[in-house]
Amino acid sequence: MRSKVNITEEKLSELKAAMEIHKKEPGPLMPTLHAAQKIFGCIPLPIQKIISNELDVSIARINGVVTFYGHFSVEPKGKNIVSVCLGTACYVKGSQGILDAFSHDLNVKVGDTTDDGMFTLEATRCIGACGLAPIFTVNEEVFANGSVQLVKKVVQKLKS
Amino acid sequence: MKTLEELKALRKKSYEKMYMIGVTGGVRVQVGYGTCGIAAGAKPVYDTFVNEIKALNLDNVEVTQVGCMGECAFEPIVEILESNGSKTIYCLVTDRIASEIVEEHIVKGNRIDKYLLSKTKR
Amino acid sequence: MLDRMHILICGGTECKETNSLKIRDKFNTELERLNLGKDIKTILTGCFGLCALGPHVVIYPGETLYSGVKLEDVTEIVEQHIANGKPVERLLYKGDFNRKKFRNRSELTFFARQKRIALRNCGVINPLEITEYIARQGYEALGTVLKTMTPLQVIEEVKKSGLRGRGGGGFPTGVKWEFANRQISDQKYVICNADEGDPGAFMDRAVLEGDPHSVLEAMAICGYAIGANTGYIYIRAEYPVAVERLQLAIGHAEALGLLGDNIFDSGFNFKIELRLGAGAFVCGEETALIASIEGERGMPRNKPPFPAVKGLFGKPTNVNNVETFANVPVIFLKGADWFKSIGTEKSSGTKVFALGGKIANTGLLEIPMGTTLREVIYEIGGGIPNKREFKAVQTGGPSGGCITAASLDTPIDFDNLIALGSMMGSGGMIIMDEDNCMVDVARFYLEFTVDESCGKCTPCREGTKRMLDILNRICDGQGTMEDLDVLERLGNMIKDSSLCGLGQTAPNPVLSTLKHFRKEYEAHVIDKVCPAGVCKNLTTYVVTDECIGCTKCAKNCPVGAIEGTVKGKHYIHPEQCIKCGACKTACPVNAISTKPENWEGV
Repeated sequence: MRSKVNITEEKLSELKAAMEIHKKEPGPLMPTLHAAQKIFGCIPLPIQKIISNELDVSIARINGVVTFYGHFSVEPKGKNIVSVCLGTACYVKGSQGILDAFSHDLNVKVGDTTDDGMFTLEATRCIGACGLAPIFTVNEEVFANGSVQLVKKVVQKLKS
Repeated sequence: MKTLEELKALRKKSYEKMYMIGVTGGVRVQVGYGTCGIAAGAKPVYDTFVNEIKALNLDNVEVTQVGCMGECAFEPIVEILESNGSKTIYCLVTDRIASEIVEEHIVKGNRIDKYLLSKTKR
Repeated sequence: MLDRMHILICGGTECKETNSLKIRDKFNTELERLNLGKDIKTILTGCFGLCALGPHVVIYPGETLYSGVKLEDVTEIVEQHIANGKPVERLLYKGDFNRKKFRNRSELTFFARQKRIALRNCGVINPLEITEYIARQGYEALGTVLKTMTPLQVIEEVKKSGLRGRGGGGFPTGVKWEFANRQISDQKYVICNADEGDPGAFMDRAVLEGDPHSVLEAMAICGYAIGANTGYIYIRAEYPVAVERLQLAIGHAEALGLLGDNIFDSGFNFKIELRLGAGAFVCGEETALIASIEGERGMPRNKPPFPAVKGLFGKPTNVNNVETFANVPVIFLKGADWFKSIGTEKSSGTKVFALGGKIANTGLLEIPMGTTLREVIYEIGGGIPNKREFKAVQTGGPSGGCITAASLDTPIDFDNLIALGSMMGSGGMIIMDEDNCMVDVARFYLEFTVDESCGKCTPCREGTKRMLDILNRICDGQGTMEDLDVLERLGNMIKDSSLCGLGQTAPNPVLSTLKHFRKEYEAHVIDKVCPAGVCKNLTTYVVTDECIGCTKCAKNCPVGAIEGTVKGKHYIHPEQCIKCGACKTACPVNAISTKPENWEGV
């Protein structure tokens, strides 16, 4: 079971407030989508429809923009987000092996969420901490100088 | 800000504050606080400095965040500037080392050689 | 070349401002006068770290430190100390200075070889305090420009400085500003491109985090020069720290009236807003970036019309990269001639590089153009760790190429790197050693470009995908010699026919590795072996005779595939080995090899 998007009145009014501000500026779509992504954790179709009505932009265009950029997602992410840096500095120091190890240990494909909605595994491009390569993050916590052994430890801790 | 003179006056004032001109026994603790530094654990280090210096009532010591110095592999990096003009760079600092630096270096004035960037680097 | 004596003169930025260059010249003439020039060397060093009391002169042997040395003191030092061996008491450093606290010279090498212009304030000032930026002459360039120069004079100065775009292309900045200035329009825009997409590069992030005001000041100067009153900073959403500090910096500058209406009482208005990128590499291309701010998919369009004519919201727009902007205030503080005197004839100034990969000192460094790759890697970077051998340096990220050991003495500038089949790019510099497979590296970059191709033009969308398919095949051991020719042909075709810079440069990593490391490709194709031990299907780990029998490999093997006795040569059972490489990492004497027998390197 994937976790469902939680659209509450409170969150909707937060989005509406953000749109009120951005509507007055030129090029309001991107800032609005950023706000939506932040508020809901993803931008599913119902939200896109609301934005479409409010900003008077066709939903086709909005959907096109949402799916174009890696930062926006249509589906909700898992409870724990594991991101492995695949920037060059990390890659040449073996981050692909770390990504494979996570994929194997969490039993999830890169870019996907586990069926129980517990884990999302992502490959990111450079978070800019190349001095500590290879690195990965779990819910904002940064793990430096990663290794397959460290992955095993982290997964064990996350699952318990 | 209407004139260059105003700006220059502010510059002079800020410069004197930043470089502790005319202050005796002044210390400026610079904690590298870029993304690398934060990822390597600069926050607990910064907090340790702030808390300990506050606890010890060291009025002449200022703790400040700075950007990346470029030595990412040795973060967190802390640079100690003193009003006598000396500069010391410590690297791979932890909150424990930070307390040690406050006690030994800032309070007693003894540099701790084993944590120096110049000693750690090959 | 043992000189009898050395005179070290601090050449750090702050001491230089207080005359250290003239002091050195004076020392030289005085030494000549007394006929001592041959025996005694004067050296301009990096910052001693005592800037408030500079300039400093240190005389070796004896390490006598003089501080606050003035031009007129030089004769006395030379006559009394150097000729007669009596230190000049009057000038000796007197404070509570402890010689042990003196910065260790080895610590200086990393900093001393650098020249920090764009990074001048990074790691020095508190980026959250506008006063610290002002303490370092912040906003003085803007003030001077608004009070004393016309827009055309500003442009002329930037043109004279020879500053070229640091985002990758190397287009002359002054010329770009001039194009935008010439357009007649009711509204123009300045955009700062902070969509640093090259994976493994973080120069712009360091500037924005460590010195946000320098970019704001430069954007205002640019706005004045081209006649724009609004600026946008398009920044990656992945840089939350930089976003936060920029927002704060804009607020502080507005509060002091350094941004906003009627800046410096000159009638010039300028405001800056942030726009967040959303994770699309192609948005580093200026027309794609503009589309993204407008709320479209970030797809590039044909040029002309250039953004200077028809840019953001259809208005004339000037787009520069973060590092380019960070250089601008210094040009006005120290003059275009000073800036031009640094670097090489066609590439003036400095360049910031993010040094990463297999290198001892991973980090950020700024060097004058014309420094050689060897100096950067071995002197500043500290060489390759773990006793491995240097294989290649990759510059320019997914758009660049690999440079081999044979070209390490090439001075770095825009044109030389292009001649080597790579490019300056935004400044990523990744060092690779013998454990990196060049075919795999090429595949890595191509995977990136395939992922990031926006899909608008066919050569880039389809072509890069086909190239990736071939590379995947080669890495799996299914490649043929014909594949190598197809790669080359396809690569050149994509270069020639793609719409934007992304596609035009996407084949570079493949083409340059094909050119320099063809043997490695052939090993994959003909011998079905990956000499570096990266491509799993083509790798066999073997223990060589170097083995000292320390048992570390056996202990680290996660599947127990290694057997051997203490002090005896170990053996890896190939059928059990999962090729994780843990043994190779663990081995203290580099006795585990993946190279085929008789492999002579590339």
